[in-house]
Amino acid sequence: MTAISFDAVSKTFQTPRGPLQALDSVSLSVQEGEFFGLLGPNGAGKTTLISILAGLTRATSGRTQVQGCDVQTQAAQARRLLGVVPQELVFDPFFNVREALRFQSGYFGIRHNDDWIDELLHCLGLSDKANSNMRQLSGGMKRRVLVAQALVHKPPVIVLDEPTAGVDVELRQTLWQFIARLNREGHTVLLTTHYLEEAEALCGRLAMLKQGQVVALARTSELLKAASSNVLRFKLDAQLPTELAQRARVTGRIVQFPAHNAAEIEHYLAAVRQAGLVAEDVEIRKADLEDVFLQVMGEAGATPASELAQEATP
Amino acid sequence: MKGWQALFYKEILRFWKVGFQTVAAPVMTAMLYLLIFGHVLEDRVKVYDQITYTSFLLPGLVMMSVLQNAFANSSSSLIQSKMMGNLVFLLLTPLNHWSWFFAYVGSSVVRGLAVGLGVFAITAWFTPLSFVAPVWILVFAFLGATMLGSMGVIAGLWAEKFDQMAAFQNFIIMPMTFLSGVFYSIHSLPPFWQTLSHFNPFFYMIDGFRHGFFGTSDVSPWLSLAVVGSCTGLIAAVALHLLRIGFKIRG
Repeated sequence: MTAISFDAVSKTFQTPRGPLQALDSVSLSVQEGEFFGLLGPNGAGKTTLISILAGLTRATSGRTQVQGCDVQTQAAQARRLLGVVPQELVFDPFFNVREALRFQSGYFGIRHNDDWIDELLHCLGLSDKANSNMRQLSGGMKRRVLVAQALVHKPPVIVLDEPTAGVDVELRQTLWQFIARLNREGHTVLLTTHYLEEAEALCGRLAMLKQGQVVALARTSELLKAASSNVLRFKLDAQLPTELAQRARVTGRIVQFPAHNAAEIEHYLAAVRQAGLVAEDVEIRKADLEDVFLQVMGEAGATPASELAQEATP
Repeated sequence: MKGWQALFYKEILRFWKVGFQTVAAPVMTAMLYLLIFGHVLEDRVKVYDQITYTSFLLPGLVMMSVLQNAFANSSSSLIQSKMMGNLVFLLLTPLNHWSWFFAYVGSSVVRGLAVGLGVFAITAWFTPLSFVAPVWILVFAFLGATMLGSMGVIAGLWAEKFDQMAAFQNFIIMPMTFLSGVFYSIHSLPPFWQTLSHFNPFFYMIDGFRHGFFGTSDVSPWLSLAVVGSCTGLIAAVALHLLRIGFKIRG
C-alpha cells in the first residue's frame, strides 16, 4: 500500500517581486514501510513539499495523500496518520517536557498516554529532563522533544525535516537508532537531510529535488551504481591551475576528481605534476552519495528524472 | 478527553502560570481607577438618584476588566505562538476550527470572568452594591467576554507583529471601552456624542451589565441583549470562518 503520494503537486508563492514557483509538478510515492530520503540544495522545495503533506501549506495544484487520505479534503484523518518533526527548533516556553507531551497527546484525543510518553523519553534520552521547563533545555534536547512530540500518537508515517541540523554526534546516533527501530516495526519514514552519509546509510530509496523539480528518483544502491565509479582524492598545499580546478571539487586542501577509469586517474596526476605541484595522501575511493548528488545537481535540467531512473535500472 | 478540551485546559494553564501578570495586575489597575476616580468625582457627578458615583462606577470597571482581559487572552496567546513558531504543534493536529474556537474563546471567557470576579471581590469592600437582577449580570458578562475573546482570535490571526497587535488594542478596543460609559452615563454627553455612543456595542454591554446591579439603565436591557447578542454572534462567526480557512496561519 502507498503511504505517501504526491501527484503533480505544484506550488507558487506570491512574493512582492512576483510569483515564485517553489514546486513544479512533483510526482512521487513512498510505499508503506520504506525509509525514503528527500534530498536537494537549500531552496529546492523540500520543506514546501513536506508542508503540503502536513497540511501547513496548500498546494496550488495537484493531489497529496497519506495512506489514501487526501491532506486537504480528509485533513483530520491524514494528520492522525502523520508525525511531523518540523525543521525549526520551536517550543512552548510555558511548559515542561512532560506537560508538552501530554498536551500534544490530548490534541489527538489521547488520554492517559504516560506509558508511551515514558518510553519516548527513555528512547530519546530525555528521562531526566521530563520535569525541566522547555526554556532550560539545550538546542539538542529541544530537538529530541520535537521528535517525541511528533510521535505521541504513534503515527504510521513519520516525517523528519532535517532532524540532525546542528545536532551533536551522540544525539544523531540515538535518534537514528530509534528511528531505524520504528522503521523495522513497520513505520514509514520520510527524511530530508543535508548529511548525505546519513541518507546513504539509512534510506532505501531517494528523490533529489532541484528548483522544485524531481531530478532523480531511484533506489540508493542504483543511484550509487549509476554515478562515475571512482574518485581520486589528494591533498595539495598550493593553488590548482584553473582548467584543472574547474573539473575538481576543492575543499580547503582536499582535491577530488571524479574518474571512470585508470587512464583518467593517471591523466589527472600527470597534470598536477606538470603544473609543478606535489599531491600528498593520494587515495582512490568508491563514489559516495555526495558525488552522486553533486553530479546530479550539476547536470540537472539536462537529464530529466525519468532518464536517470532508467539509467539506474539497466 | 476530546482534543478541544486539552487545548482549552492548556490555554487556561498558560495564563494561570503567569497569574500575577494576567489576573492580579488588572485587578490592581481597576482598584486604582476606583480609588482615584471615585475619590475625585464622588461629590461632583450624580448619575442616578440614590446611587453614589462610586457604586455607579464599580460595575463599569468590572465589565471593562472582563472585556480587556478576554481580548488580551486569546490575542496574546495566538500572536505569541505565531512569533515563537510553536503554533505548528496545533496546526499538525486534527483539531478543527470549532475546537480552536471553543478552546481560545472559552479560556478567554474564563480569564475575563476571573479578573472581573477579582475586581469585584476587592472593590466591593469600598462601596455598597445591590444585585437587583443577577441573571442580567451573568448574561452580559458572558456575552461580553465571548465577544472580546472572539475579537482577540481575529486580532491574533491578523496581526503579524506585536506592533500591529498594539494598534488593534489601542485604536479599537481602548477607545470603544472608554467611550462606552464606564465612567459616565451617556445622558451627561452632548447630543452628538450621545447618538454616536448608541453605535458602540460596548455601550450596550456595560449598560445591560449595570442594569443587573441597579435595575435602572440608559436603555432597556432587552435592547442591550439584542444588540450585544447579535454583535457577539457576528464576530464569533467571523472568527470561526477565519479559523476554518486558516487565515494567515496556513500558507
